[in-house]
Amino acid sequence: MTLPADGGTSFRSDASAQETQDLSTSGGHIAVIQRVLVRQLKMISAQACGANGKMKDYHYSGPVEHKFSPYAFNGGTVLAVAGEDFALVASDTRLSEGYSIHSRDSPKCYKLTDTTVIGCSGFHGDCLTLTKIIEARLKMYKHSNNKSMTSGAIAAMLSTILYGRRFFPYYVYNIIGGLDEEGRGAVYSFDPVGSYQRDTYKAGGSASAMLQPLLDNQIGFKNMENVEQVPLSQEKAVQLVKDVFISAAERDVYTGDALKICIITKEGIREEIVPLRKD
Amino acid sequence: MATVSVCQYHRGGFSFENCKRNALLEADINKLGLSSPAARKTGTTICGLVYKDGVVLGADTRATEGMVVADKNCSKIHYISPNVYCCGAGTAADTEMTTQIISSNLELHSLSTGRPPRVATANRMLKQMLFRYQGYIGAALVLGGVDCNGPHLYSIYPHGSTDKLPYVTMGSGSLAAMAVFEDRYRPNMEEEEAKRLVRDAIAAGIFNDLGSGSNIDLCVITKGKVDYLRPHDMANKKGVRTGNYRYKHGTTGVLTKTVTPLNLEVVEESVQTMDTS
Repeated sequence: MTLPADGGTSFRSDASAQETQDLSTSGGHIAVIQRVLVRQLKMISAQACGANGKMKDYHYSGPVEHKFSPYAFNGGTVLAVAGEDFALVASDTRLSEGYSIHSRDSPKCYKLTDTTVIGCSGFHGDCLTLTKIIEARLKMYKHSNNKSMTSGAIAAMLSTILYGRRFFPYYVYNIIGGLDEEGRGAVYSFDPVGSYQRDTYKAGGSASAMLQPLLDNQIGFKNMENVEQVPLSQEKAVQLVKDVFISAAERDVYTGDALKICIITKEGIREEIVPLRKD
Repeated sequence: MATVSVCQYHRGGFSFENCKRNALLEADINKLGLSSPAARKTGTTICGLVYKDGVVLGADTRATEGMVVADKNCSKIHYISPNVYCCGAGTAADTEMTTQIISSNLELHSLSTGRPPRVATANRMLKQMLFRYQGYIGAALVLGGVDCNGPHLYSIYPHGSTDKLPYVTMGSGSLAAMAVFEDRYRPNMEEEEAKRLVRDAIAAGIFNDLGSGSNIDLCVITKGKVDYLRPHDMANKKGVRTGNYRYKHGTTGVLTKTVTPLNLEVVEESVQTMDTS
């Protein structure tokens, strides 16, 4: 005979019939204990019943649905710009969750080859796994084909990797920046399931909606008339990226702490770190 | 007799005429797959402590709408009476209107009694109003002041419970601020030390909580004097941009232009400066 686990409120009034049956079939002293317990159970059942004999509901005792989400949002903004003979990939270095900051020094740019850098923002767990997978695939390609992957090839490969997880996606917003085979700057932007296109400039991550229109105006010369459309120089592009992140840090709570810019030219990859607001 | 008029049901205040219309609008918007605008919350770190001569209240100055900063320099320390001030966290409109309503009622009450208002009175009025609305008014307050019985500090929760304590913190950054208080609070501190402690507590909230930021406002209340220090400390300055983003005349394309002269007479002219920081 077992008492219900939640302390007796779901005691059924017909169980007492079963108890008396047990009493008649078991041995001597056990029967006495059972008779005492039955009396106690009947006392509990009297308290648990209302005036008309029906059960009073004190609390919900049954299955409760809990939701577990496999994703978290860790914030961060990424930006890439392609120039005539250079490419820039910039990201802030704040890693957050909810209203807290996990780290003030977690850059989102990852160097893949001498001519390609990828920026990943979104769920940090998936960013780390994805970059590990990309680095492994880069090694495999180099060993089989005896050459490094070009930026365009990496972009195409990333698209297939992401679509491979179409039904449980990597929660990552990717932007690849690098030099193409002719030495010109290239930017490839992705969505979480692998759709991509080549761009001149792209912002991704938490402050992307604030930055993209500004870039459209300053680099794409949109919504402006009577302006001289000069191609972007490297110094002007770096200055623009710094200014744009300063503004994003003002209004987006997930962006701040520091800005890391990777400048990719045929000489190699140079890094610049600029402090941002820490609040 | 005047007290009776204060206790009478106000014709003004909350009106619920739009509730049915809002419910219908919300259903329509949701059908289109959009969401209705959310009330702006203040994120916030607010705190207060009692020191030797009075009370120090502190607050940050960031107001957020979701995870975007809506106001970089909003004022969260509200006036209740000349000797009583109140910091507010939670829904911005609720803290603003609640403190204004109680401030107005307290002034009428004070005129009726012929005495300066007491902090306990403001506390009683606030908690009775918030309890009446069963937590639907999202205002979490830190009420502090000095009256004939000395300095007092209360924390008031949206459902109407209050605590009378020597040091309190509220808001999303309250844990960060309370950590600093629990480390360094002592009874009967001097004014400079108390101001420094409150400043450091708010700074902890500003730097470690994403819902709080920008500057630190302080309000020091003593027997005869109130020091409203806004800003007391500009903990975060806006980054300096190197580029020039001004546009020449003619950059925005003009499609058509129609000029209609209006023959008006200038009667009065007043200039109000905008906060462009």
